[in-house]
Amino acid sequence: MAQFALNVNGATRTVQADGDMPLLWALRDLLDLTGTKYGCGIGMCGACTVHLDGSAVRSCQTSLADVRGRKVTTIEGLGVNGLHSVQKAWIAEQAPQCGYCQSGQIMSAAALLASNPHPTDAQIDDAMVGNLCRCGTYFRIRKAIHRAAQETRS
Amino acid sequence: MKISRRKFLGSSAAFAGGAFVIGFALRSRAQDAPGAPGAAENPFNAWIHIKADSSAELVLARSEMGQGVYTSLPMLLAEEADLDWERVTVVQSDFSLGTGGSGSVRSNYLPLRRAGAQVRLAMIAAAARAWNVPQSECSTCKGEVSHPASGRKIAYGKLVPDACCQPIPDAKTVKLKDPSQFTLLGRETPHLDIPGKCTGAARFGLDVRLPGMVYAVIARCPTFGGSPAKFDSAKALAVPGVLQVFEVPARGHRVFTAGGIVVVGKTTWAAMQGRKALDITWNFGPNHGESSDLLRAQMKQALAKPPAWTSDPQGDDLDSISAPKRIEAVYEFPLLAHSTMEPMNITIHLRDGKCEVWSPSQAADAMREVISKELELPETSVMVHTTFMGGGFGRRYQYDFPTEAAQLARHVASPVQLVWTREDDMTHDFYRPAGMRRMRGVLDGQGNVLAWSDYLADLAISQFWSAPGQYKLDGSELPPPIPYPVPHIRTAFTPITSSVPRAWWRSVENSFNGFAVECFIDELAHAAGQDPYLFRKRLLQLPPIPQPKQRDDDGPAPDPKRLLAVLDLAAEKAGWNKPLGPNRGRGIACTTTYAYLAEVAEVTVERDNIRVDRLVMAIDCGQVVNPNGARSQIEGGMLFTMSAVLKEAITIRDGAAEQQNFDDYSLLRIAEAPALETYFVDSHADPHGLGEAAVWLTGPAIANAVFAATGKRLRRMPLRMDEKST
Repeated sequence: MAQFALNVNGATRTVQADGDMPLLWALRDLLDLTGTKYGCGIGMCGACTVHLDGSAVRSCQTSLADVRGRKVTTIEGLGVNGLHSVQKAWIAEQAPQCGYCQSGQIMSAAALLASNPHPTDAQIDDAMVGNLCRCGTYFRIRKAIHRAAQETRS
Repeated sequence: MKISRRKFLGSSAAFAGGAFVIGFALRSRAQDAPGAPGAAENPFNAWIHIKADSSAELVLARSEMGQGVYTSLPMLLAEEADLDWERVTVVQSDFSLGTGGSGSVRSNYLPLRRAGAQVRLAMIAAAARAWNVPQSECSTCKGEVSHPASGRKIAYGKLVPDACCQPIPDAKTVKLKDPSQFTLLGRETPHLDIPGKCTGAARFGLDVRLPGMVYAVIARCPTFGGSPAKFDSAKALAVPGVLQVFEVPARGHRVFTAGGIVVVGKTTWAAMQGRKALDITWNFGPNHGESSDLLRAQMKQALAKPPAWTSDPQGDDLDSISAPKRIEAVYEFPLLAHSTMEPMNITIHLRDGKCEVWSPSQAADAMREVISKELELPETSVMVHTTFMGGGFGRRYQYDFPTEAAQLARHVASPVQLVWTREDDMTHDFYRPAGMRRMRGVLDGQGNVLAWSDYLADLAISQFWSAPGQYKLDGSELPPPIPYPVPHIRTAFTPITSSVPRAWWRSVENSFNGFAVECFIDELAHAAGQDPYLFRKRLLQLPPIPQPKQRDDDGPAPDPKRLLAVLDLAAEKAGWNKPLGPNRGRGIACTTTYAYLAEVAEVTVERDNIRVDRLVMAIDCGQVVNPNGARSQIEGGMLFTMSAVLKEAITIRDGAAEQQNFDDYSLLRIAEAPALETYFVDSHADPHGLGEAAVWLTGPAIANAVFAATGKRLRRMPLRMDEKST
């Protein structure tokens, strides 16, 4: 066990854990940030997506040792002043059904739009293909991403 | 505010915590008598609270798993009560009822509206007394009673104390609104649970956090029915954060757990690492030799022999009918996993003879029964809270995870969360059955279907669920009567014996029955040389031939006119006759199961790859409660089914599921998702449920489109262009 000072959602949080513990479990079980979800543990579903220095990563495949000195943003810290534009678009399009995968979907979409404010459908596919949704909300997710892009433009 | 059932014994209105409360009984299934869940002792399982500030809260006894009941059910109530929708909130009641079978809206359409009408009439009565005017001169709107003649208005909240002192109108005789008066039902309404699901605030089962809580995983034998022979916990206990290792015994029939080794840790990760370090010798049990190859061989053998069960014959035997055209085809479908995005889990705390449980469950009432039985506690000592669920699809009805939780609770002093990893969830599911069937049809010279025969051999759910020696053969695996008039019909069935656990998967048998019915009718259309849309249309316009009921819950015979209307609507919206480019095709399918639906799929097949470009669905489900939610269920159902039909299969080897996780059990991803269109028929008829509706026809619409594009008929799911005939 070692002590890790993590920069999560703009605050420094200290946890006692092994360096090989995935960030996912530190967030969920040690920091009570349960918005980041466990879905597969092998980086195949995207439910655990967070931002590491602004880029989307799978927190189940990212160890605590890997995040030393880097900025972690979770769904709870995505909206700085109120809701993030992607969250607003998700609500406007009524995208979620069960909602379990949506934290990860939103984090992937927010990272996409930060680097590419006006993605094409093909670019959306590339960025979002790692995020599974079992309820079948992909059609609304795509619309929500276009809406968020549109609202950033205007 | 906590409301217990017992507070409401003997009266249905009460003044509780400063609110006017009406209790009522939601039904679990449409065929249940109202009030059945609690009978005389506990007549209510849902309540509406009108508070002094005029806000309203519905305590809801149904589970929300993404199907929208958090919004659709309160809408029914708010419509009749004339509540201010902006001020309606919902809380989950404890002991939620079984939620499945597309039944929440369908079976509670009247109970909820009647309860709403009781509220409205009680408020009118209270206002009329206060103003000393006749009730007939008062009206209601948005949480207020008004007296137009004098221009007076009063908020419901102000009437609460007086309303609580008066008898309330009888729910059975209240007059409901005429649909033309609806202001909320049928209106596009945002889901109340969606904002919390976009911020990480919504709490699912795995998000339950309690002071001092620990986490547990269980090592289970990979083979079905296998159990631990011996184990060494030393290495697991040496893993940092691991607190306890112990064995839990098998619980047999109905629960279907086979025992395992529990590892408890300070974190989920510690428990998972501890489990990896366990040294276990398994007793693989009697089913070690089972495989998909052997199961398929059994199915083929079964179809070559006379069936074990046949329906009452309708008309003559197929072989005795002389006709120019006979078609025969064998269809096949695999085992499927539920794969809810949130794996099975449950949190439990046993303390001082009381047990508290937090469970993402489709049937908290049943969970309570199971847990109290395992712990040998009276049911009144077990409290089950229902959390949001990361998908259900039928999996969260099962008794395995709650029984395991109760077993854990005896060993662990702290609150403990039992976590199933994705691998646990996929390899110890209750799968959608696998099976094979032979379809036969006879056509006359005009393309009329003279005879239809369907012989199914599958891993029957009812056989797995029957107590040993109690299995009674029946036709419950077979489809409800087909909507097309056919004079001579035979249906038959042989169960395939298997140790593979199987149960209800979104739409249950309809997920494979619909495929065969709507693909085979398409085959008959092509054999008759007719357009598959016009062929169906022509058959549906023939005089109906009454068919014997196959199942008790078949309901009244469907109306062919309503089916025809959606068939035409889907064809029109899809542009059925518009030419498509090369390698492209359109397929159509329709059904009266769940609701009246017709769907058109457009596909492109290139280099043996099937791409679905567009799915168009026309729906007549009676009164649409919330168009937003109804559309969501249809859209989601189409993609869920597309995933199953094009990608998913569980295969068995050495008595265990071969697929472990999303790397070898592929689900549909966004890049494969087509454009979706849904068109609802305006109707005020009683509503149908939509949760499972799209599953019947999306698969056949796609397979029929592949045939139109390529001339190749695919009959084995998941669909592959290199399919060899079975």
